[in-house]
Amino acid sequence: MDIIKIIENTIAAFFGIDAAYFALAAIGLNIQFGYTGLLNFGQSAFMACGAYGLGMTSQYFGVGMWWGILIGLALVVILGLLVGIPTLRLRADYLAIVTIATAEIVRLVVRSVRFKQYFGGSDGINSFSTSFRSLSPFDPGAQYGIRPFQYSGYSLWTMIIGWSLVVIFSFLVYMLMKSPWGRVVKAIREDEDAVRSLGKNVYSYKMQSLIIGGVVGMFSGMIFALDRGSVQPDNYSRDVTFYVLTALVLGGVAKVRGSVIGPMMFWGLYVFSDNFLRELTKDKPFNLFGIGIIQKAQVGPVNYMLIGLGLMLLMTFRPQGVFGSKEEMALDGR
Amino acid sequence: MDAERTYSELAQRARTALASVNASPGVAKPDPILLAENVRRNFGGVTAVDVQHLEVQRGSITALIGPNGAGKTTLFNLLTGFDTPDTGEWMFDSKNLKKVVAHKTASLGMVRTFQLTKSLTKLSVIENMKLGATHQMGEKWWNGLLPFRYRKQEAIIERRADELLKRFKLDHMRDQYAGTLSGGQRKLLEMARALMTNPRLVMLDEPMAGVNPALKQSLNEHIRGLRDDGMTVLFVEHDMDMVHDISDWVVVMAEGRIIAEGTPEQISSNPAVIEAYLGTHQGKSLLEEENA
Repeated sequence: MDIIKIIENTIAAFFGIDAAYFALAAIGLNIQFGYTGLLNFGQSAFMACGAYGLGMTSQYFGVGMWWGILIGLALVVILGLLVGIPTLRLRADYLAIVTIATAEIVRLVVRSVRFKQYFGGSDGINSFSTSFRSLSPFDPGAQYGIRPFQYSGYSLWTMIIGWSLVVIFSFLVYMLMKSPWGRVVKAIREDEDAVRSLGKNVYSYKMQSLIIGGVVGMFSGMIFALDRGSVQPDNYSRDVTFYVLTALVLGGVAKVRGSVIGPMMFWGLYVFSDNFLRELTKDKPFNLFGIGIIQKAQVGPVNYMLIGLGLMLLMTFRPQGVFGSKEEMALDGR
Repeated sequence: MDAERTYSELAQRARTALASVNASPGVAKPDPILLAENVRRNFGGVTAVDVQHLEVQRGSITALIGPNGAGKTTLFNLLTGFDTPDTGEWMFDSKNLKKVVAHKTASLGMVRTFQLTKSLTKLSVIENMKLGATHQMGEKWWNGLLPFRYRKQEAIIERRADELLKRFKLDHMRDQYAGTLSGGQRKLLEMARALMTNPRLVMLDEPMAGVNPALKQSLNEHIRGLRDDGMTVLFVEHDMDMVHDISDWVVVMAEGRIIAEGTPEQISSNPAVIEAYLGTHQGKSLLEEENA
């Protein structure tokens, strides 16, 4: 078993582009779920808006990549309104039901054969990131840094942009939540009617929160698409939404720190357990006291099981997450 | 006890005006701040509220009493836009509120509290208070990103909030989570928070429910204080001692209708009221008897 390799990969995952991508999505979800109490189970749809907004620039509109941000924004606003108008007047559960369905609808539409000419079907869209890559000041062929922090020029460029976005949005969310606007949305999470009785347009605030969170999620989708250089519908399935939610809960909801460190830890642990299981079963199936425990082909599912187990333990022993406040948690039951 | 009490000029004027009003259901008042006409709300086959006419005198403390299920809270919900009646018109300060949504009534100067206190538990007491202020610049998200645009207003709001907290003796809890307050303190906080909207009419839904006797006395004082500051108070209450103690006018509801109105003294000797509270004759409802 190559322990050094496992450790290296794990550390690299903590700071890698995937962690940045999850962190951005979680920052967005934190605005909606953590602060405003909107049960958005369709963050992947907002991420897909960003990715496809970028992808469609070359594929469909024939314009430069930078228009992708505008197209993505337009898509996010349209999606937010479509989902929000019928559900935000209702109880929180309805938004959850509708968003989870919407995310699936979005995924099925973009991968459908009918719209292949626009979205590329299940192959997705490729080769739209040349203008982004051409901005990179690094040599794409060279390797930068030392192990485990060693990246190709292009990866390094994407990572810098990705983590910069994480820092920028963390700061913006921090400012927003400290402001009277943040006070209103947090109050909505606690009790809508009280806020309404004090003269605030609750519906409008919920809509703003949904869309602002969606916009941050959109940038997450863009970073992912730019890193891979392609957009594929199955990157925006339900598991992404629930990874993001898990990562956020792990970090601690309604905390800016939680929404950044949580995804890093989540992805780090995910990569660790994946690498560990792979190394464990590399040469022969792993046995304990003569009983077969796990073999190579089972690594994927067992990894999921371990993640699930970890989540259960987290919920039992530290329900507020790593950075969440125990005091706030205790107030929930009253 | 009543004789020694002093009233502000406004309160005295309201009391004098009410003294000359005839004690009959739906009677007109000299200077109504709130006026409801033919407000009706059905839940399925049940008529929860059917108010022919109701006026609330400006500057008075008006109590709304009645047995459980009389429609008091429903009437509150209707008047404040939290529920929509099937028919009827109602005006606040001669502005028709029929098409006005709940969150707009507060900025018009009409604020309500709830029977089950709605303290925002995971916000601190002072945050609860500051939330109450209306027309805040920083409540627009783009301003929220630019602290210099709301800082000044925020300081003014905070000063006002601190004053109110002091008045309601909650200043020592200022930075605690509202969820850590006791039931009575939450009632106080909710009332103080409502005052942050600068209301002219304060509607309190059972302010005394679950409050210990010592605190009741100080709540009474606070409510009287509102009137003396020129606000009109309309409150729902079951505690008859309190109703007697502080109200200038009492409106009695039963089975969705207003069955009696008058000063506390007139009401306590009104047979219709006693009957509504203590039961019906020979199994007949009050309304049936009226129709017979």
